[in-house]
Amino acid sequence: MSELKLSNAQIAWRAAQDIEDGAYVNLGIGFPEMVAQYTVEGRTPVFHTENGILNFGPAPAPGDEDWDLINAGKKAVTLKPGASFFHQADSFGIVRGGHLDVAILGALQVAQNGDLANWRVGNKGVPAVGGAMDLVHGAKRVAVLTDHVAKNGAPKLVEECSFPLTGVGCVTRVYTSLAVVDIEDGRFVLREKLAGMSMEELQSLTGAPLHVEGSVGELSVPEL
Amino acid sequence: MDKRLPGLAEAVSGIKDGATVMIGGFGGSGNPIELVHALIDAGPKDLTVINNNAGNGKIGIAAMIDAGMVKKMICSFPKSSDPRAFTDRYMAGEIELELVPQGTLAERIRAGGAGIPAFYTPASYGTELAEGKPVAEFDGKHYVQERWLKADFALVKAELADTHGNLTYRMAGRNFSPLMAMAAETTIVQATKVLEPGGIDPEQVHTPGIFVNHIVEVAEPQQEEALIRAGAVYERA
Repeated sequence: MSELKLSNAQIAWRAAQDIEDGAYVNLGIGFPEMVAQYTVEGRTPVFHTENGILNFGPAPAPGDEDWDLINAGKKAVTLKPGASFFHQADSFGIVRGGHLDVAILGALQVAQNGDLANWRVGNKGVPAVGGAMDLVHGAKRVAVLTDHVAKNGAPKLVEECSFPLTGVGCVTRVYTSLAVVDIEDGRFVLREKLAGMSMEELQSLTGAPLHVEGSVGELSVPEL
Repeated sequence: MDKRLPGLAEAVSGIKDGATVMIGGFGGSGNPIELVHALIDAGPKDLTVINNNAGNGKIGIAAMIDAGMVKKMICSFPKSSDPRAFTDRYMAGEIELELVPQGTLAERIRAGGAGIPAFYTPASYGTELAEGKPVAEFDGKHYVQERWLKADFALVKAELADTHGNLTYRMAGRNFSPLMAMAAETTIVQATKVLEPGGIDPEQVHTPGIFVNHIVEVAEPQQEEALIRAGAVYERA
């Protein structure tokens, strides 16, 4: 019997279902990049990357890389028809100026008031923030993809973040390996959960109260 | 008017000990690797370097750090596929780091070039990177005051230049370069091709020549990423 939780691909698939046709979307480096693979057929979102491209596409075939055509993760990408280039200040004007429909990021911890910690575990090593502190401000929706609990079993949805903050009160929705949770008025509101998981079990894996408003949907995703 | 110089060594010869140098590029894209290597040959010390990253592998900015030329990095992401050069010096306390959120870094440079001494941004509010900075509330939201960034020199990689310094950039190689060209006292450009005035359609100019001081043609520029994948090492000639 498989473990009762979604794979990263399935979490990304679920997030992709909420991206409308024509939406302007920034996908964070790593796990969130997977969302692009599960774009719903018939919808054409436009993906933004901080280093100055709108409407980039998937990686080229090995050997076809052009190293002036990369994404924020420094990986080679391609262009789709209708792509554009712009400088870094315009690129972050797109972010902070409220022009993106959705920004999707990874998380170490999300607090019930929407605080996000995703850039640093402690104060050891070389700190590196990139665009994370900018990306959490301005997009109409700031979503997080994450396992519901950390590798050590600790809840990642918490009352208050203990890791250094990336932004305050910025996250609007969390897609986890067990549930879809909105952040409204400083609380977690459960929207969907896996059918095989009881409310009690889900709550025991969550570090802050899960509120229910109306019905809770079934978090249903295909095998991927 | 002709802003061309005959070679890379002449182009960087004015950069002295203690200078602040902006270097265009995001990772390897748009990185003026030939100008950086000419600067390593020239060998000024105690430099403050402003770039999105802090070097990769054993070439470019990483090779500057290895050569002991860099006193301080101002950047958003001092990590890379091979960040050894910066990491070693940082962990040994031999290099300063001013870590700046990427959009704030871009806007600080833009402000420096545009004559705006400070501005407010939502980025970093409530985080450790906002510590000590003034905060203000506008329309019910909190913002952090950030100051302009200027430099003595900018090193920039362009695709086309004309002799007046009008520039175009190649694809996402543009990134920080137009901003840095504005924010530096002296902007030094390496261009793949240098044309006569009129050679670039005025409607296609990305950086107007007023922001450019010196141009060197580097007809077949190297790509930092390709060099790193080949395991290249740069040491002073």
